[in-house]
Amino acid sequence: MYAFTFHRPQTVRQAAGLLTKNGDAKLLAGGQTLLPTMKLRLAGPPQIIDMTLIEGMSGIEQSGRTLTIGAMTTHNEVNTSPVVQQAAPVLAKLAGMIGDPAVRHRGTIGGSIANNDPNADYPAACLGLGATIVTNKRRIKADEFFTGMFSTVLEPAEIITKVIFPLPKKAAYQKFRNQASRFALVGVFVSKRGSEIRVAVTGAGSNGVFRVKSFEEALKKRFSPKSLEGMTIPADGMNSDIHGSAEYRAHLVGVLARRAVAEAIGKPAA
Amino acid sequence: MAASDTAPVSMTVNGKPISANVDPRTLLVQLLRENLRLTGTHVGCDTSQCGACVVHVNGKAIKSCTVLALQLEGADVLTIEGLAPADGPLHPMQEAFRENHGLQCGYCTPGMIMTAVDMVRRKGNELDDRTIREELEGNICRCTGYHNIVKAIAAGARAMRGSGATSKAAE
Repeated sequence: MYAFTFHRPQTVRQAAGLLTKNGDAKLLAGGQTLLPTMKLRLAGPPQIIDMTLIEGMSGIEQSGRTLTIGAMTTHNEVNTSPVVQQAAPVLAKLAGMIGDPAVRHRGTIGGSIANNDPNADYPAACLGLGATIVTNKRRIKADEFFTGMFSTVLEPAEIITKVIFPLPKKAAYQKFRNQASRFALVGVFVSKRGSEIRVAVTGAGSNGVFRVKSFEEALKKRFSPKSLEGMTIPADGMNSDIHGSAEYRAHLVGVLARRAVAEAIGKPAA
Repeated sequence: MAASDTAPVSMTVNGKPISANVDPRTLLVQLLRENLRLTGTHVGCDTSQCGACVVHVNGKAIKSCTVLALQLEGADVLTIEGLAPADGPLHPMQEAFRENHGLQCGYCTPGMIMTAVDMVRRKGNELDDRTIREELEGNICRCTGYHNIVKAIAAGARAMRGSGATSKAAE
């Protein structure tokens, strides 16, 4: 690791002030991505702003048909929360598919979303549920938040404080894991809330998470895997690497979308 | 504070309060091994994949190679050395690994045992093979001696029932 100065602010305002003063500073949440990246010297921020001591940044709350999750809430907390399990079991399950048990005890939803790893699970949940990302400055719709691989609309001194999820009527997430890293080679999140249908894909696109409008249109007619039969997406813009070609990933998007819809309507494929 | 300066940190390790002045880059596993000489916690991969460095922080299993010591001000840390009293009987999970020969070279064992004890805390005393194997996703045994490790964890989990042993047995 390159040397850095360590700050422990106690409020979001202090953290934002430190970010304003130190343009190259990085926020440290659970650290499950940032610290390994720093150890490899792929990142070398001169200033680290640790979020641990800031109170009120974690917690889960249901209010009517929305679920609010604090940015510092860990994957394990989301996975095991009775509130999430009851209100949005798809989110609890998704959180339990991230990393491994020890990583889930540290990694946070805010950190995952801010990082926007193209293979991460939470961006698919945010886009697939139409979440609102709340920062110290504003509220941002998931549809506008994710702008590309490892990039978001977050401004330099902007800090995610919580994420608000509207609760779906039906939803499921299907993840096809890379057998070695266990990251999503492709993950497809589908949801239905009233007339709003969303299909969000992670892992596949070379530009990060994206929605599949053609699938959404087809599912509007009937929310059934049959509506997607024979449908594919173009391989253009898909990732291609040693783990899978662009064509393979495009194929998986169709397969996983059909499986996700089947799971969402309670008829999972055998 | 210049980037090379040290910073103070205090926490509880195996029931004892400790304080240290550390370079901000110091990982928890370095503090444990190099400052406190608690070398039971191992560094296998140093990339948060292998789980040889698993310890408990505030009662939860974490990878000590992927957390800065400075992030743990005031935390309660339990390492393999603190699982059972030095002069007393082994923790039931340790005893189960011995009894079932849940190791070959032994390098991954401290992390396996700390993960196993955390698994019991979260999943209970009756663990089927599938659960154990899923839960061991973050612990790698390069001798590939998983079969006996899984057997040991199932037996250890049952033995922990009613033994009064928890993840804080040494306190």
